[in-house]
Amino acid sequence: MSLLAIEGAATLPILNTLIALPLLGAALVAVLPKNSPGLHRQVGVLASGSAGGLAIYLATQFETGVGGFQFETVQSWIPALGISWHVGVDGISLWLVVLTGVIFPVVLAGIDPHGDEKSYTAWMLLLQAASFGAFVALDLFLFFIFFEIVLVPMYMLISGWGYADRKYAATKFFLYTMFGSAFMLVAMLVLVSLSASDGGLSFNLVELAERQSLSQNTGRWLFLAFALAFAIKVPVAPIHTWLPDAHTQAPTGGSVILAAVMLKLGTYGLLRFGLYLFPEPSVYFAPLLVTLGVIGIIYGAIVATVQGDLKRLVAYSSVAHMGFIVLGTFALTTQAITGSILQMVNHGVSTGALFILVGMIYDRRKTRLISELSGLQKAAPVMAAVFTVSMLSSIGLPGLNGFVGEFLILIGSFETRRWWTVVAAFGVILAAVYLLWAYQRVFHGEPTEADLATPDMKSSEFLVLAPFLVAMVFIGVYPKPFLERIEPSVDTLIEHVEQHSDYERPEDVVVIPAVGQDDSEGAEGE
Amino acid sequence: MILAQLSNFEGPSIDWLPLTPQIILVVAALVILLVTSLSPAKVSDSFSTAVTVGSGVAAGVVAWFVWNDIRDEGPSSTVAGAVGVDGFSIFFTILTLSALVATSLVGHSYIKREQMAAPEFSALLLLTAVGAIVMASANDLIVLFIGLEALSIGLYVMAAMQFRRREAQEAAMKYFVLGAFSSAFFLYGIALVYGATGSTNLVNIAAYFNTIGSRINNLELFYVGMALMLVGLAFKVAAAPFHFWAPDVYQGSPSPVSGYMASAAKAAGFAAMLRIFFVAFSRTSADWTPIVAVLSAITLIVGAVMAITQNDVKRMLAFSSVGHAGYVLVAVQAATSDGTSAALFYLFTYTFMVIGSFAVVSLLGWNDGHDVSRYEGLARRRPLIAVAFTVFLLGQAGVPFTSGFVGKFLVIRSAVDDEIYWLAVLAMVVSVITAFMYLRIISNMWDREVDVADAPRLSVPLTTGFVVVVCAMITVVYGVIPQSLIEFARDAVPVLVAGG
Repeated sequence: MSLLAIEGAATLPILNTLIALPLLGAALVAVLPKNSPGLHRQVGVLASGSAGGLAIYLATQFETGVGGFQFETVQSWIPALGISWHVGVDGISLWLVVLTGVIFPVVLAGIDPHGDEKSYTAWMLLLQAASFGAFVALDLFLFFIFFEIVLVPMYMLISGWGYADRKYAATKFFLYTMFGSAFMLVAMLVLVSLSASDGGLSFNLVELAERQSLSQNTGRWLFLAFALAFAIKVPVAPIHTWLPDAHTQAPTGGSVILAAVMLKLGTYGLLRFGLYLFPEPSVYFAPLLVTLGVIGIIYGAIVATVQGDLKRLVAYSSVAHMGFIVLGTFALTTQAITGSILQMVNHGVSTGALFILVGMIYDRRKTRLISELSGLQKAAPVMAAVFTVSMLSSIGLPGLNGFVGEFLILIGSFETRRWWTVVAAFGVILAAVYLLWAYQRVFHGEPTEADLATPDMKSSEFLVLAPFLVAMVFIGVYPKPFLERIEPSVDTLIEHVEQHSDYERPEDVVVIPAVGQDDSEGAEGE
Repeated sequence: MILAQLSNFEGPSIDWLPLTPQIILVVAALVILLVTSLSPAKVSDSFSTAVTVGSGVAAGVVAWFVWNDIRDEGPSSTVAGAVGVDGFSIFFTILTLSALVATSLVGHSYIKREQMAAPEFSALLLLTAVGAIVMASANDLIVLFIGLEALSIGLYVMAAMQFRRREAQEAAMKYFVLGAFSSAFFLYGIALVYGATGSTNLVNIAAYFNTIGSRINNLELFYVGMALMLVGLAFKVAAAPFHFWAPDVYQGSPSPVSGYMASAAKAAGFAAMLRIFFVAFSRTSADWTPIVAVLSAITLIVGAVMAITQNDVKRMLAFSSVGHAGYVLVAVQAATSDGTSAALFYLFTYTFMVIGSFAVVSLLGWNDGHDVSRYEGLARRRPLIAVAFTVFLLGQAGVPFTSGFVGKFLVIRSAVDDEIYWLAVLAMVVSVITAFMYLRIISNMWDREVDVADAPRLSVPLTTGFVVVVCAMITVVYGVIPQSLIEFARDAVPVLVAGG
C-alpha cells in the first residue's frame, strides 16, 4: 500500500506538493548570493504564493458534504516503528491549510523584516512548510515532528528580528511549548504501545481513533498529557504567559504568523488529537476545558483593557479570542465546533491585520505606547479606516467575519453549556470596550506635532491589508462556502464522540438557515 | 624441557578475520611510531594522520566483510570463546572507527595550531580505538578488562597532551587517579563475580544462572560484584554520581580528545555494560534494572541542572554529555532488545553530534577561551559552521528532523514499553531544561546585532571543516530517514555464543 487514493483525489499528490513548494523555495533562497537585494523576497513570495494558490485550488476541489479525509496519501516511512507519511485534509483542517497558504505570501511580500532578508525569507518558508505539515498530518509521529519543528523557525524569527527583549521571549516561547510536547510525546508512545496489543504497531491516527482500546482511566491520563501540550500552544488561561512576551517581542511578520497560524496548532490539536483520538476523556474533561476557555475570555479581555502597549493589547485579545474557540470546541455541538473552526480562520485574519497595523504605527513612530499616540486619524485617515474595519471584525460586528464565528460558538454552546455561555457573552462586550477605547485614544483626540507628522498608509501598504479586508467582508457576508465544507466533518467528529462515549448531543435547534443544514442534501438544495 | 612442553601446547583455534580490524589498527600505530622515530628527517604530521585515517577506513571495510559473514552464518565466538563475533561487536567497531577517523582529522589541524606531537597523538588514538573495540567484542571479563585498560591508559595520556597548560595537567591527573580507582572497582567486581559464578566467561556466567534457577547460591557475593562492576562502568560513561571528573577533564583536555572521550570512550563503556548486564546478567535483570533506573534518573537531573548553570561551552557540553549518558541508561534499564537497540542507535548518532560539536569548539578555542560569549555573531562570520553547530545543538536537544530526536524517541519508547512511565516523563522534562542551554549558544551564534567587524578572522582548516559538515549531514540524514540505522541497531543486539 504505497499510494492510497480516496474518491476525489487528484492524480497529483497535492498535499505533498504543498509542503514541498516552500521547502524548495527555502533551499533556493539559501543558495542565492547574499548581495542580491529583493531577489530573496521575490523568490520567497513566489514559492509561498504558489503554495497558497495550490491551497485555494485544494479548497475548490474539496468535495462538500463529505465528512472523511480527502486527498489522502500514505507512504511507508519508518516501517520498523509502524510510522508512515500519512497526510490528508477534512473540513476541520482545510481552511487552516488555506489560511497558512494565503497569509505567508502576504506577510513575505508586505512586511519589511528590517534587515537580512535572506535568512528571514528562508525561515519563513520553512515555517510555512512545517505548518502545512502539521495541519495535514494523519500520523501521530508525523504530526508531532511538525508540531515541534515549527518552534525552530519561529524561535529564529523572534530572536533574530524581534525587539529589545527578543532573546528572552524567544527562549520562553520555545521552552513552554517544548515542555508541553514532552508530555505529549510520552503519552503518544504509551497510546501506541498499549494499542499495539491488538493489531500491529501503528502511529496511524485514523486506526488509533477507531480502535479505542484503552481503559477509561488510561485514556483520561493520556488525554490530559495531549491537552496540556495543546493548551500551552493555544494558550489557555493559566499557561498563557509566554504569549504576550512572544507576540510583543516578535517582528511584525512573526506576530502575524504566530497569531494566525501557530496558535491554531493548539486548537486544531484539541479537535484532532483530543476529541477525535480521545472521545470519552474529552467528554469527561469538557467542563474543565470549557471553564478554562471562559476564564481565558474574561481574563484576556480584562488584561487587554489595561495594557498601555498596543501590541500587548492585541496579544491579550488573542487570549480572549482563543478562549472562545476552546469553549466552542468542548461545547460539543455542531454549531459550536463549526463556529470554532471558522473562528480560527477569523482570528487569523482580524488579529493578523491588527498586528500589521500596529507594526505600521511602530515603524512610523518607534513607539507602541497608547499614551504617546493621539489623534492619528487626522494625519492618517486611511490607516484609521482600515484599523476600524479590522477592529470591528475582531469585536464581532454583524456583517463582518468575527460575528459569524462568535455567534455560532455562542448559539451552539448555549445548548450544552448555558451558564458558561452567558459569562462568555460578556467577553464580546469587553472586546468592544478594550478595542474601542484603544482606538479612541490612539486615533481620536488632539494630535500633537509628532502625530500630525505621521505619514498615512502608502498604497502598497494598503494592498497588503486588502486581502485581509476582503476576507473579513466575504466571510461576514457569505460564509456558506466555508461552513458547507466544515460542517460534514464536524458532524462526523461528533458522531464519533457519541459512538465512543455516553455523550449525546442535544437535538439541533434550527436558528438560522445557513447553520441549520446538517445534512449535505440541505446544503445542495439551497 | 619448557620448549618441549610448548611444542605440545595446542592453542585455541583462532578465526583471524574478525580480529583483523584490531590488528590493522595496532600495526598502523606501530608503523607511525617506528617511521617517525627512525626516519632521519622530520616526518610530516600529515603522514601520521594519513596512516590513521587510512587504517581506520581499511579496518572499516574489513568489519563490513565480517558483518556480511555474520549475517550469512550467524554470530560466533573465537579465541576459545573469549571474543564474540556478532552484530554488536561490528556495530561498535564501526562506531569506534568513525570516531577515530573524525577525531584524527579534527586533531590534525588542532595539533598544528597548538604545536603538539602528531605521531604520539595518532598512535595513542589508534591504540585506544583498539581498546574500545576489544571492550565491545569481549566475551570474557578478563578480555573486557584488558580492553578497558588499553582504552583508559591511552586517554589519560591524551588528556595531558597539551602539557604546557596547567588545566590539561590537572585534567589528566584527575582522570588518571579517579580512572584508576574505577578500574580497581571494576576489577574487584570481576573477582567477586568469578567467585560467585565460577567463571569469567560471559557465556558460562549466563549458563550458571540458567542452571541454578531459583536456588540461591552465593548470590550475596554476586550482588556485591555486580554493584562494583556497575560503579566502575558508570564512572567510564560519566553517569552521575560518578561524573565528577567529566567537566574538568573535558574542559582541560584538547577539544578533539574531549569529543573522542564523549563518543568512543563513552560508547565503549556502554558496550561493556550492555554485554555484561543485558546479556550475561539477563537472568537477574530484576535485581539490577531498578538500580540502573535510579542511576539514569540522577544522571539526567544532574546533567541538565548543572549544564544550564555553566558559562564555558566545553563545560556545558561536558554536562550535556553526562545528561546523554542518562538517556542511554534509560534504554539500558529497560533490559529489552528494543531498549538495547535504542541505546545503540542513540550512541551511534550521539557520536557524530558530539564529535562535530567539539570540532567546532576546537575552531573557536584559540588561547583556551571557551566562554559562551565567544560564539556571538558566529553565523555572520562563518555561516556554514554556525549552521552545522546549530544542527548539533538542536540534535542534542532532541528537535525533530535530527538523529537526536529519533534516538530520544526510541529511548523513551523503550521505557514506555517497559511501563516505567515516571522515567519516560522525567527524561522528556529534563530535555526541556537542557534545551535552554543549547538555545543559549544558538541565540548567541545567530545574534544579528553583535558587531563582528573587529572580530579576528576565524580560520577553518579543511580537515576540521570536512568533519563538521559530514557530521552535520549524518545528523540530518539519520533524522529524516532513520530506517537503515534502526535496522542495523536491531540486528546488533548482543548475543552469546559459546566458544568453539
